[in-house]
Amino acid sequence: MRWLLALCLMVLPAAAEEVVLGLSQDEVAITTSFDGSEILIFGAIKRDAPPPPGNLGVLVTIAGPAEPVSVRRKERRYGIWVNTDEVQLDGAPSYYAVATSAPLDDILSITENLEHRVTVPSLLRGLTVPASVLDASAYVAALIRVRQAAGVYQELEGQVVVDQQSLFRTRIALPAALTEGAYQTRILLTRDGEVVSRYETTIEVRKVGLERWLFTMSRENPFWYGIMSLAIAIAAGWGASAAFSFIRN
Amino acid sequence: MQIYLPIAEVSVIAFLLLGLGGLVGVLSGMCGVGGGFLMTPLLFFIGIPPAVAVATEANQIVASSFSGVLAHLRRKTVDLRMGTVLLIGGLIGAALGVLLFNYLKSLGQVDLLVRLCYVVFLGVIGGLMFIESLNAIRKTQKGTVLPKRKKHGLIHKLPFKMRFRVSGLYISVIPPLLVGLCVGVLAAIMGVGGGFIMVPAMIYLLGMPTKVVVGTSLFQIIFVTGFTTMLHATTNYTVDVMLAVLLLVGGVIGAQIGTRIGVKMKAEQLRILLAMMVLAVCGKLAFDLLVMPAELYSVGAAGGH
Repeated sequence: MRWLLALCLMVLPAAAEEVVLGLSQDEVAITTSFDGSEILIFGAIKRDAPPPPGNLGVLVTIAGPAEPVSVRRKERRYGIWVNTDEVQLDGAPSYYAVATSAPLDDILSITENLEHRVTVPSLLRGLTVPASVLDASAYVAALIRVRQAAGVYQELEGQVVVDQQSLFRTRIALPAALTEGAYQTRILLTRDGEVVSRYETTIEVRKVGLERWLFTMSRENPFWYGIMSLAIAIAAGWGASAAFSFIRN
Repeated sequence: MQIYLPIAEVSVIAFLLLGLGGLVGVLSGMCGVGGGFLMTPLLFFIGIPPAVAVATEANQIVASSFSGVLAHLRRKTVDLRMGTVLLIGGLIGAALGVLLFNYLKSLGQVDLLVRLCYVVFLGVIGGLMFIESLNAIRKTQKGTVLPKRKKHGLIHKLPFKMRFRVSGLYISVIPPLLVGLCVGVLAAIMGVGGGFIMVPAMIYLLGMPTKVVVGTSLFQIIFVTGFTTMLHATTNYTVDVMLAVLLLVGGVIGAQIGTRIGVKMKAEQLRILLAMMVLAVCGKLAFDLLVMPAELYSVGAAGGH
């Protein structure tokens, strides 16, 4: 009896509850008519035993590929507003959303937030900032503010619906202006603020068809891309003047 | 209908772009201007990144100028020799302009440069046009028209003289080269054809006859904007074909409609209308520069270092 209890205690924290995940789509295709996308993320919590005690929380995060950004500050010079200072920040995701099943403070402790880098501020704590910058935090705060205002960084508290302690689902809207790449998706399961299970997957976002072709050509064959642009322009100009003189006669 | 622009990486309403192209096309057909100086700021306002707006607009101007120059070639109102001299200046200017553009882009000041250029040029041109057309209206009401005088100033003392038969001129090649150079720089920085600067310069500075001025400037503009398009496409990757096609479809249709309307209206009224339009765009741009922005920080892609 004793060794059974001991075994249970050893196994419990690791595999008592596990996430089984489904996605409405694991690929987002940017087509010509792309104007944003909504991803349905759903799943179940697998258990071998009855639910353990403690307040259950489900957190879903999606992070776009990180690319270096430069944050510029405007100042008034000679009466007009001019970009004066610039700081380059490395490692900020181009998109980030965190959806939770309840107010964040109730289901995630501060230490776990820092450990797993869940909220936007804790996610951006690890940003590489040049050592020469004195007020780096002001720039990081500005980055968060600007991106939150643009809907690129989202905190969706209470947007994860949990049914009967075992099924959960949420919808996360991806904006129209998306960066291509692998979007890291995480599901965190918490009990009383502690993370008990973690599941990760990726959603691929890529331009397809005409978008893909034009973009690739503009980067890989810029000369021929330019020639093509000019040819289209000249053909359109000639075509229009020919068409209208035909109509007139 | 939303359309995703592959290079600008923004999603916009296709009909908005067609409409903008059409609106500017109507104006340019009515007033005989390229319309680039109105289109580029309008593209800023709908959220196209300035670098993409400038490069793409250069591409669109090639289309509208090409359709215009065909008509002028048929009427034999193009001074090819003068056009070539202006063009040589223009190509040098465009190369310098793109260099300057890329340098300021690396400093993060390119938006400011483009906007400042617009405020200054739109302000000056709009103001001059407004005053000039007001005077013209007053004069036609009085019924007196001042005769044109031929001036013999500094321009006629310069060396390297050349004969331009179509224009009936025998002048130094230096002034047209310089005019071409300035227009080339502007074309690269502002994404305009530069007709609104070149036409007055050709009439007042070079003394060319009015009937060959528009055709000749269009001839030069095609090559300079074509060259600018290539430079932007190969160094900045900022030419968005999708955007250009939408704008020029609207533009060429609008231009044909505009030409019909233009025939029915008086030249002075047209110019006052255009001047007010130019001043309105200038005012909006200046307002944005002068008033404290709600957000002092801006986030952009790192690069250029």
